[in-house]
Amino acid sequence: MQQGQHIYQQCMGCHSFEYHRTGPMHCQLFGRQAGSAEGFDYSSAMRESDIVWNEESLDQFLKSPLTFLPGTSMGFVGLQDRAQRTTLIDYIKERSMSDLCAQ
Amino acid sequence: MSKHAPELFKETLASSRRQFIQRAGGLTLSATAVTMMAGATASAGTGKQSSNAVKQDIRILNTAIAAEHEAVAAYQLGAESGLLNDAVLPIAIKFQGHHKEHIEALAAAVKQFGGVAAEAKADYRFPVEKLKTQSNVLEFAAGLERGAVSAYAGAIPIFDNRDLSKVAASILADEAMHWAILRNALGLDPVPGAFFS
Repeated sequence: MQQGQHIYQQCMGCHSFEYHRTGPMHCQLFGRQAGSAEGFDYSSAMRESDIVWNEESLDQFLKSPLTFLPGTSMGFVGLQDRAQRTTLIDYIKERSMSDLCAQ
Repeated sequence: MSKHAPELFKETLASSRRQFIQRAGGLTLSATAVTMMAGATASAGTGKQSSNAVKQDIRILNTAIAAEHEAVAAYQLGAESGLLNDAVLPIAIKFQGHHKEHIEALAAAVKQFGGVAAEAKADYRFPVEKLKTQSNVLEFAAGLERGAVSAYAGAIPIFDNRDLSKVAASILADEAMHWAILRNALGLDPVPGAFFS
């Protein structure tokens, strides 16, 4: 959890769990259709994609966002280390389903 | 606050005030921003980049601009909070001025590449309920600056136009200095490691 929290700091330039920032909020991310969080202005590429966020899709996206979804606004090179991605995804999953996101 | 922080703030107080006054004149593109963008804009529209590559660079620039607008709003919140003392407030205003300059430079690039720069949102949501003390505000600002360093570090490798990578690296360095200063003010090690991750 602590390691996942540390890796998540790389996301915090644009994201938070509780509310939209430059990027969309991460609460209730798992199982969500990409581009569907209410109140966030997504790129057309994200809006029109048929991605549903789960461990597999997040792993592919986080490895190289621009390769997985050309046209995304997420200007991030990606996490090449698979173990880091897994740790990060586990952290996001746990946090996004926690009481923090229950309100 | 660390023992060193007040002295550090005093040293920069006078210059911060001067810069704040100088900045009050308006938002024309600064000489620094013009210089920074000269290399990047020189290749814009020359056909050296594909249309898709230019569009991608514009999207990345606009994501950075959106984050910079958020930083400007966050420092405004901090400056108006009444929680920052006379030594710290000018530093916050100075850092806010830097973020405004980043916006100027990045927006100039977007325009030069034929795009439309992202505008500031009407409202930003911040964890205001957690900002009760000066330290809370500094921690919040430090978190944003750390995030900005990560964001630029993640963006630098993917610009198709390498001149934009140079500009982003210059901004990253500035954000890293902000982060270090804020950590120092909080009594934390300003430079916690040889590498940033």
